[in-house]
Amino acid sequence: MNMHSLILRTAGHFLLPLLLLFSVFLLLRGHDEPGGGFIGGLVAAAAIVLYLFSMDTESARKVLRVDPRDVLGAGMVLAVLSTIPGVFLGQPFFTAQWWEFTAPVFGDIKLSTVLIFDIGVYLVVIGSVLTIMLNLAEAED
Amino acid sequence: MLYAILSIFLVAAVAPVVHRLTGRASGWVLGLLPAALFVYFLSFLPAVSSGESIVLVWPWMPGLDIQLSFLVDGLSLLFALLVSGIGFFIVTYAGRYLQAHRDLGRFYVIILAFMGSMLGLVLADNLIALFVFWELTSITSYLLIGYNHEDKDARKYALQGLFVTVGGGLALLAGIIMLAMAGGSWELSEILNNGDVVREHALYLPLLLLILLGAFTKSAQVPFHFWLPRAMAAPTPVSAYLHSATMVKAGVYLLARLNPSLGGTDIWFTTLALFGAVTMFTGVFLAFRSTGVKKVLAYSTVMALGTLTMLIGVGTETALLAAMAFLLAHSLYKGALFMVAGILDHEAGAKDFLQTGGLRSALPVTAAFAILAALSLGGVIPLFGFVAKELMLEAVLDAPGLVGILSLFAVLTAILGVAVAAIVGIRPWFGARADTPKTPQHEAPVAMLAGPAVLASLGLIFGLGPGLADQGLINAAAASVQGAPVDGYLALWHGINLPLAISAFSLVAGGLLYWRWEQARRALAWVDRAAEYGPEKGYFKMMDGLVWISEWQTRVLQNGYLRYYVIVTVAMTAGLVGVTAQLFEVSVGTLHFERLQIHEMAIIAILVASMLFAVLTRSRLGAVAALGSLGFTVALVYVLYSAADVGITQVLVETLTVILLVLVLFRLPGFLNLSSSALRVRDAGIALVTGGMITLLILSTLDARLFPSISQYFIEESEPSGYGRNIVNVVLVDFRALDTLGEIFVLALAAIGVYAMLRFRAEDRR
Repeated sequence: MNMHSLILRTAGHFLLPLLLLFSVFLLLRGHDEPGGGFIGGLVAAAAIVLYLFSMDTESARKVLRVDPRDVLGAGMVLAVLSTIPGVFLGQPFFTAQWWEFTAPVFGDIKLSTVLIFDIGVYLVVIGSVLTIMLNLAEAED
Repeated sequence: MLYAILSIFLVAAVAPVVHRLTGRASGWVLGLLPAALFVYFLSFLPAVSSGESIVLVWPWMPGLDIQLSFLVDGLSLLFALLVSGIGFFIVTYAGRYLQAHRDLGRFYVIILAFMGSMLGLVLADNLIALFVFWELTSITSYLLIGYNHEDKDARKYALQGLFVTVGGGLALLAGIIMLAMAGGSWELSEILNNGDVVREHALYLPLLLLILLGAFTKSAQVPFHFWLPRAMAAPTPVSAYLHSATMVKAGVYLLARLNPSLGGTDIWFTTLALFGAVTMFTGVFLAFRSTGVKKVLAYSTVMALGTLTMLIGVGTETALLAAMAFLLAHSLYKGALFMVAGILDHEAGAKDFLQTGGLRSALPVTAAFAILAALSLGGVIPLFGFVAKELMLEAVLDAPGLVGILSLFAVLTAILGVAVAAIVGIRPWFGARADTPKTPQHEAPVAMLAGPAVLASLGLIFGLGPGLADQGLINAAAASVQGAPVDGYLALWHGINLPLAISAFSLVAGGLLYWRWEQARRALAWVDRAAEYGPEKGYFKMMDGLVWISEWQTRVLQNGYLRYYVIVTVAMTAGLVGVTAQLFEVSVGTLHFERLQIHEMAIIAILVASMLFAVLTRSRLGAVAALGSLGFTVALVYVLYSAADVGITQVLVETLTVILLVLVLFRLPGFLNLSSSALRVRDAGIALVTGGMITLLILSTLDARLFPSISQYFIEESEPSGYGRNIVNVVLVDFRALDTLGEIFVLALAAIGVYAMLRFRAEDRR
């Protein structure tokens, strides 16, 4: 499906990296400011969908590089794995683990299983939306 | 302990890789794991045999009282040693037996996963953990029975085993929940000390029946015995492992485990003793009737399971001691015999006793150990089977009731048992050399002989030195079944008494029966015709009924018209909400229209306008756009009430929904008005009622506060315990992360569902 719109195509090209970057930004800051894995995932998916509309499904798949179903699976695995570390520290399953440290350039950094979980959510959202969208768009042809 | 069980699942996950790397030696390499576990469990032996029971706890979901806790006492240690010890021989055996099979890697995955589940089941202290492992054994055994999945029968009987055991599992779940309610705890170690409370509880009868249903289906008690011989569709190592030593004993394990808290009542005694005795006799009778090697062994397993159930039901100290001794004896000889059955098949191609005969010269080592194991099965002195059988007869003769019936069944079983042992121990090895489908060229390989050799020899060692068994573990196991220390002991020689006389008599009578085996089988041919009306017939009828019902309800409910789905869902919701509101006399608080701000009125106006437009427009695109505007306005409401995250999400979801709808719209035919006005009035009515009902619901919840709102807690705890300032996100990924996990699973399933529908439709068209 191609909209044959030069403006849309150009915009899609430029907006895609920006939106993806923005989605990662939303994902990472989500714990303190509005954002998070769900929102970030929706933004990233919307970015790819915009690209899909401006080009076609083939190039959308190419720009994605991996099958959205794999993204979905990877997200599920990450989310489930993030629940486990607590068990090995004698805490209940799902207990969040935090590692805070100061890096030279970035300042204070908070890493956690919560972040891993959120990345899982992010990937699942991207994977689900794109699996549906791409296949619907392909069924079109 | 946790790591011990986890390690099996981890190794199971990489087993195919190990198999690819090590090739022919893979059985030995992977066998290292159960061997190591066996040694690990052995390290508990000194403490356990001195009467200790050890509880190891890992918290899992403390809020729901679910924890991973393990209980190591005599009973669970006996099972754990059997599972890991026999597991070692099975894995090495399978490495050779299935060497040429292209899916050997997959076999290792499932059999190791099964081993892990079985260990988890027998060691679990928490009831929920026990149940999860219980179901895991059902599922893995389904995969194992159906291992040769290109074979139609294997698939069919795998499914049969699954339905019977999982159906029982459902009953068990209900029973376990009631047990936890009655016993006041989810931990076995606590419930077992609360026996009197449980037995006095109002729920005792229903929970007992449900748990028995679970245990009886798993342990193939009459009338559920039919699935076990059918499960012989599995490769022989599986039969040797699951259907002799482990999985089918899970039901017996559960009965033994719960004996201190459920046992001792009349109903417990009557049900278990009678069902056990009938199963015992049915099993041995059908074993005597059968000629297939594995079928004879399978039915004699049914006999053993019946015997164990009966002994646990009888429940005297002697009976429990006999049960544990019999359990050990049976696992040893039956494991050995099944592996011998595999050797017969592997080397001689024989699957039926009628095809065999005079093989002792061709397979001398196999024959020797097969005979040794068969002697134990027949209960011949000085094998361990004899010790167990003597004790069993003694327990039955001293039973607290039903002595007549139980003794009759026990004597009949002993006689037929000897005949069955003769079929297994004499028929293939002695007499004229029969033409087997394959002429044995050589003795079976070491990997396949090791199991029968060690297990059968152990039967002899424990027989000659029963003190080794009872001091080691059998006494401790019986003590944990009884819930009190046991004074009895095992002995080879009890003096000349009634059990000995019965044993001697059964040897002679069983020998005679074997001598006239062919005639006896012919005389019993009517059993086959009668069996057509047996419980298995009931199972197939039930399955047909199930298919019929699902076809009917698919026609009626899943009719493929989206509009009917929507109507049914929406009307049901409205109806249920309405009825509930009526029942609980829900009241609606007062509305303060005068407090409305001007911008709020504007928002309401936009909402109403877009709603009206969506309903009235004749353009689909227009309707979609109106719905979009509705969604964005709702997002505006969220933002106004400072729920930024929810607002953003709403905007994004709306955007994607509109895109989705547009993608679908392309494919619809042109807009036509197909509904009659009556239908449209009906639809409008349903819509109005539903909308009104939901409004009512929301208004009433605004006023009624049964509990203080939890949001205050979230606001206060978000930073100190969640390390985040964005409360919505902290709730999503930390406080209520389990919910989120569930939601992303749903999301993923929905995506896969859409994918499957689109793909399969595309394929259908081609």
